[in-house]
Amino acid sequence: MTAQPSFLENTGSRKGILAWILSTDHKRVGLLYLYSMVSFFFVGVTIGVIMRLVQLTTFQHLVTAQTYNALFTLHGVIMIFLFVVPGLPAVFGNFFLPILIGAKDVAFPRLNLASWYFFMIGATLAILSLFTGGGAPDTGWTFYAPFSIKTGTNISLAVFGAFILGFSSMLTGINFITTIHRLRAPGMTWFRMPLMSWALYSTSWIQLLATPILAITLVLVILERFFGIGIFDPAKGGDPLLYQHLFWIYSHPAVYIMILPAMGAISEILPTFCKRPIFGYKAIAYSSMSIAAVGSLVWAHHMFTSGMSNVAQMVFSLLTMIVAVPSAIKVFNWVSTLYKGAIDFQPPLFFALSFIFLFCIGGLTGVMQGALAINIHIHDTYFIVGHFHYVMFGGTGFAFFAALLYWFPKMFGKMYSKKAIYASWFPMFIGFNMLYFGMMILGMMGMPRRYYVHLPQFHWMHVFATVGSWFLALGLLGFFGTLLYAIFKGEKAEDNPWGGVTLEWTIPSPPPLRTSKRFQPSPRAPITSRRRTRRD
Amino acid sequence: MEWMKQASTSAEKSDAVFFFVFGLSLLFLVFITALMIYFVIRYSKKRHPKAAQIEGHTGLEIAWTTIPLVLFLAIFYYGWTNYEYMRLAPRDSMVIKVTARQWSWSFEYPNGKQSKVLFAPLAKPMKLEVRSADVVHGFFVPSFRLKIDAVPSRANTTWFEATKLGSYDIECTVICGVDHSLMLSKVIVVPEDEFKAWYFGGENAPEPGKNLPAPAAVNPVNEPVGLVIMRAKGCLECHSIDGKPMVGPTLKGLLGLKEEVLVGKQTRTITVDEAYLRTSIQDPMREVVKGYPPAMPLDPLTDQELTDVVAYLKTLK
Repeated sequence: MTAQPSFLENTGSRKGILAWILSTDHKRVGLLYLYSMVSFFFVGVTIGVIMRLVQLTTFQHLVTAQTYNALFTLHGVIMIFLFVVPGLPAVFGNFFLPILIGAKDVAFPRLNLASWYFFMIGATLAILSLFTGGGAPDTGWTFYAPFSIKTGTNISLAVFGAFILGFSSMLTGINFITTIHRLRAPGMTWFRMPLMSWALYSTSWIQLLATPILAITLVLVILERFFGIGIFDPAKGGDPLLYQHLFWIYSHPAVYIMILPAMGAISEILPTFCKRPIFGYKAIAYSSMSIAAVGSLVWAHHMFTSGMSNVAQMVFSLLTMIVAVPSAIKVFNWVSTLYKGAIDFQPPLFFALSFIFLFCIGGLTGVMQGALAINIHIHDTYFIVGHFHYVMFGGTGFAFFAALLYWFPKMFGKMYSKKAIYASWFPMFIGFNMLYFGMMILGMMGMPRRYYVHLPQFHWMHVFATVGSWFLALGLLGFFGTLLYAIFKGEKAEDNPWGGVTLEWTIPSPPPLRTSKRFQPSPRAPITSRRRTRRD
Repeated sequence: MEWMKQASTSAEKSDAVFFFVFGLSLLFLVFITALMIYFVIRYSKKRHPKAAQIEGHTGLEIAWTTIPLVLFLAIFYYGWTNYEYMRLAPRDSMVIKVTARQWSWSFEYPNGKQSKVLFAPLAKPMKLEVRSADVVHGFFVPSFRLKIDAVPSRANTTWFEATKLGSYDIECTVICGVDHSLMLSKVIVVPEDEFKAWYFGGENAPEPGKNLPAPAAVNPVNEPVGLVIMRAKGCLECHSIDGKPMVGPTLKGLLGLKEEVLVGKQTRTITVDEAYLRTSIQDPMREVVKGYPPAMPLDPLTDQELTDVVAYLKTLK
């Protein structure tokens, strides 16, 4: 089969960049997302490092208070809407979902490319909002009304950018759901699908059902700003809490959009390196679906201090506790997958285990916030900031890195330097914990979030966290530098370097442009991570 | 730095739940981490070359579904019952109206007395009715484990009973504009006698808590009326009167100055006169001086106050 050209080579009539940005091949679209998202990620990281420098008072003169407010707004918008939400589904979902279930491509390849264009247009608008109109948005990524309606900065354009990004997310969701329902290869039954497909399936439903609510909310903000319809402005009889409800009805499920595919990737990586099937396949598949379902009913735990009724507070606190159960089930099953395996210790596994550790901290601090008596103290403080970085960065981010290390040889046909990856792990992991655990301590001490200047008693801990941010940034540079070097100068990778048993490891690295002919799985072939042949 | 200082009855209630959950979490984290490390070493390819093809265990799945569920429900219940205490003020509480505005706090007591810092007697329940005059703010006293949002058009209530004398930070927790991080105040907890002396004393009764190292806001005597109004309204948080640029332009020597202002998107050059001063106070976003953020909140002044402020501004040469 080596005679077939790989998807990375241009075989069509188009040349250069056009052969990429006009390609509807799911693998090329996946890489387009990867390149654009990693670029946005580094913009976000740079802003993050600048914000940490501002908290060292020596560097405070670098930015004004107004600019600082714009920086954390932009950091949030970029990291959430341009990196973590589309993160794993858009890159690895696009690239591997069809391969994992034995399909030629996604169900709607042109729509798939259109989603990337929506993504880029939305991103461009969001970044344009910095330099036009009344200046960069200063409300935080949550755009709370009525401040977002009254402020003179360029909220409308930023919000419209997020609105467009929502379309990218919804269209990807529709595409994946259809692909999984209609395009599974013969013999690929629901419960033989790799768990990554299950995770993408549950994620896609949330994207499809929750994102329209965000879109409606953002349109209402724009209408309010231009026409003063008064739905959120109390001066006109509107209700600011209505905005918060509408916003979190999307934005809480969005947290699960971010974490579910990450959990899916971990569920692929662990069995491969343990040389055994995943422990509790069905439990993990069902827990993904129950997270998607219950996770849609917990949004108001972001609003415990807003003055909601007693009953609402009790119900949302209770539901928040229940949604923690399926995540706990997953953690137990992952750890049990290590039991009696023949563990081949490689960088992807190392990052996957780091993910479990960091995600546990993120999840457990989440349970703390679900308890009302604790939430009142730590709401809107650095504790929250630390907590969600543990979930979003320690969780989704580290899973993204693990997935990238796992599938990199397949995607690019090159192998990276494992030593360099281990070497970048150390500053990354240590810096990460200094930065975000430091933030959680600051939060317990009473440091509110989104503060340009802090009270003197918080200073030493801010210094500690800032030093952590330098290590973290150093580790990230090392990590992506190693991968970039490998793309150009890396050794050629084998077709199946890790001994994986899912379908992507049965095709050449990098995959050929057309993969359909390879996928005729016989009932005896090892097509899922659930069953392995005796040969192992 | 006093780590997790407890200064109210609620603080003990909140921390009790925190340490309970923290203990459980730490046990869980240590257990999971130790297990992962042990398995990775014990079942490494070298020591254990042939993997056992285990696909799952129903008994274990049931166990690790129900045990966490029970623990989480216990956390919920404990968190809820202690929170009920933190939320419901006793009937004999003194009711204080808290008003948040960009970017200051003000407190009004039942007899109409007002202050910029919150004075509270020791060991007496104080109920707070928190309102906002403009956007959403958050009223946060870390040492009391007390937080409630100030939402325009609503009066959210909470309460506290201070257990230690001293001065405690009040911070705003909801992003509310350029000076969000300067929207600070203090709760000053004093013995009941001292509080009563101030509360029942006349207008000139000395403010309580003088022996505390707290910067209680004091207006020097014989200040021009306009300056007193501007100080009370928080104007001086962003505008200096000595020529130093802050968040907003300085107010020194404004009259007759030529300024470039933005009207919508157009730049215009104007000369500052009394009319411009009045417009800028009453409709701050209309003509914003170039180079400064369009961030000034509207804080309505009475006609008399406006006249006093403008008169004072004219004297700043």
